[in-house]
Amino acid sequence: MNFDLSEEQELLQETVRQFAANECPPTRVRAIFDGDEGHDAALWKGLVELGLGAVAVPDEFGGAGLELLDQALVAEVLGAAALPGPFLGHSLAGLAILWGGSDAQKKTWLPKLASGELLGTVAFAEGDARWQPEDWALAGGATLSGVKTAVPFGVQADLLVVGTAGGGLALVEPGARGLARQAQPGVDRTRRIAELRFDATPAQPLPHGVGASARVRDAGLVLLAADAFGGAQKLLELSVEYAKTRQQFGVTIGSFQGLKHQLANLAVEIEPARGLYWYAAHAFDRVPDESARSAALAKAHLTQVYMQAARDSVEAHGGIGFTWECDVQIYFKRAMFDRAFLGTPSIHRERAAALAGW
Amino acid sequence: MDLSYSAEYEAFRTEVKAFIAGHWPLRGDEAKLPGDKRAALFRERAIAAGFLARSIPRCYGGSEQPADVLRAQIIREEFFRARAPGEMAGIGPSMLVPTLLEKGSEWQKEKFIAPTIRGDVIWCQGYSEPGSGSDLASLQTRAELRGDEWVINGQKIWTSGAHRADYMFCLCRTEPEAQKHAGISYLLLSMKQPGIEVRPLRQMTGAADFNEVFFTDARTPRDWIVGKRGEGWIVSRTTLKHERNMIGDAQNALATFEGLVQLARRTTRNGRPAIQDPAIRQRLVQLEGTVRAHQYSGYRQLTKAAKGQDPGRVQLMNKLVSTNIGQEVAKLALDLLGDDALLEPGDRQLGGPRDNAQWVGQFMWSLGSAVAGGTANIQRNVIGERGLGLPRDAAVQRS
Repeated sequence: MNFDLSEEQELLQETVRQFAANECPPTRVRAIFDGDEGHDAALWKGLVELGLGAVAVPDEFGGAGLELLDQALVAEVLGAAALPGPFLGHSLAGLAILWGGSDAQKKTWLPKLASGELLGTVAFAEGDARWQPEDWALAGGATLSGVKTAVPFGVQADLLVVGTAGGGLALVEPGARGLARQAQPGVDRTRRIAELRFDATPAQPLPHGVGASARVRDAGLVLLAADAFGGAQKLLELSVEYAKTRQQFGVTIGSFQGLKHQLANLAVEIEPARGLYWYAAHAFDRVPDESARSAALAKAHLTQVYMQAARDSVEAHGGIGFTWECDVQIYFKRAMFDRAFLGTPSIHRERAAALAGW
Repeated sequence: MDLSYSAEYEAFRTEVKAFIAGHWPLRGDEAKLPGDKRAALFRERAIAAGFLARSIPRCYGGSEQPADVLRAQIIREEFFRARAPGEMAGIGPSMLVPTLLEKGSEWQKEKFIAPTIRGDVIWCQGYSEPGSGSDLASLQTRAELRGDEWVINGQKIWTSGAHRADYMFCLCRTEPEAQKHAGISYLLLSMKQPGIEVRPLRQMTGAADFNEVFFTDARTPRDWIVGKRGEGWIVSRTTLKHERNMIGDAQNALATFEGLVQLARRTTRNGRPAIQDPAIRQRLVQLEGTVRAHQYSGYRQLTKAAKGQDPGRVQLMNKLVSTNIGQEVAKLALDLLGDDALLEPGDRQLGGPRDNAQWVGQFMWSLGSAVAGGTANIQRNVIGERGLGLPRDAAVQRS
């Protein structure tokens, strides 16, 4: 019985933590957040050089050869740092090709994604909360026609993995005919989104896409859950720090039970919930029967906890918490992203109920 | 990360299972004995085999096994699965015995531990008083040393099982001149004496599990004190720690949740099983998130403990998490019960599925956990102060 991280996994988290602290302190997060493009190529290059461009891709394709749990551990640390960039979409694009692609496709694309030569992303949403493979209606085949929304870094990406009707997956290159890419005004400026319009756009279907797409979705749910846990922990830390510093009525406000209990309740929601994403990732790697349901449960639970933590943290910070200047708003918006991306908590709770045979 | 047990532990599990298969349920004439006698016989054999009372030295009636949280976990799992009697429940084995092991004198350990873990003697705990609940150290019950005896006067309240108990361990003020915490001693006393009057308190459930206890010149020998005079507060802290562990049990939470799912399967809404109702499904899965989180948090704490590492502040949260889960289960259960929520509460459920009246009881009992053994608000103070490092309330600091 060992439900804990290995030394290598702790080291991996520590390495990413150090990288984020050195290369992406809050000032740089803010500069990217406030910037026009939202993608910092130098920062992304640094992450890729650490091997984080393809954590769970085997080394024969240039990846780090680790598992989803390791990738999720990275996501947690990036979430805690609110590190802006395309980690999520790029990771999922790599996994989609790994699980859905032909040998030739894997050999062609995976090393380029792993090395950072190409930036990948996934195009799943079709509006009206249609994120799941069984919801996709975009006509697929040798050409694609239709619209995808909320594509992470869809304007900047060099390689698109697009979900198609029947739960398939297809690759599209940016210069392809009939592809129009338009940035959307997304709430989370650390993870920019775009709308993609396809009009008889040439595509290369992934031959095993139908089997792979649900698994890619599940991996995405785990990564979002991990990001949410990291962000929520960080919000707790920021709020506790503020409560220890801010003085009113001649004492630190953290001594007041009103605030103390609010923060204790928050800690009780967050800290024990780490295992939800650990277990979901572990199940994804080792317990296939429980994989889909654990991922749905973890995503639903942790993103809701994150959202509530963000609301409570604004309140704990008082007036300053409501300002653009305060870092809490950045986490608040990442929480909104994590909650809605790939489907809201209620969608995944209903899926979890159905998967339990209820 | 690997949730399976190593070969060594799986071999141990086989050993535990074989023991249970050979000893429970009892056979022949022994099977005809009353329930508590059968349980006592089985426990005696389980102790002899090294499966129960593992942390207690042989000379005090235990099985004196090396500390191994994973073996202990396997024993709990297998005993639970076979519905075999596990460690003797109650405040004596769970709170007094660990305290005596740590702070008791030699003769106290010899006299009290063995009969307590066998269930031959029953204890109650004299802590709370009418004016001293969360602020326990303000307690006023006095014990005065007269010759070779302590003479006790005052009152305790919320004393679970006082009407059945043979003995009480209690906190009394013995040093009236000393500062609040330093004036308290930890005394043991017999409940079977004229100076003690026990009056039952009827709870909102209708049952009477706890009591008021009045002391009028009650007596106990001079050396029935655990620790030194004025050290009672510190001695009592050992026990409270154990109680927290006792209540904060993820396995119970999971079992309760599974019971709730069964209730949702057998109750109906609009002529269909309630579990098919979209709103109920949402609430069930939402609650399951908290229950699973608690379960995995337990795995992690177990792993840390097995490695000899400190699991950290998450330990302080176990009781509040369990309490929260109990409350949420209660609210959802009441909605599932429909008209049966008009029934009076059934007897407290001990093993086996609850009937509808017992679910009404659970609706009330779930509040007990928010009050007993440190209220939920006190837990929040502990988490805020010891866990998050927030400063203490200025008013509390002064008292």
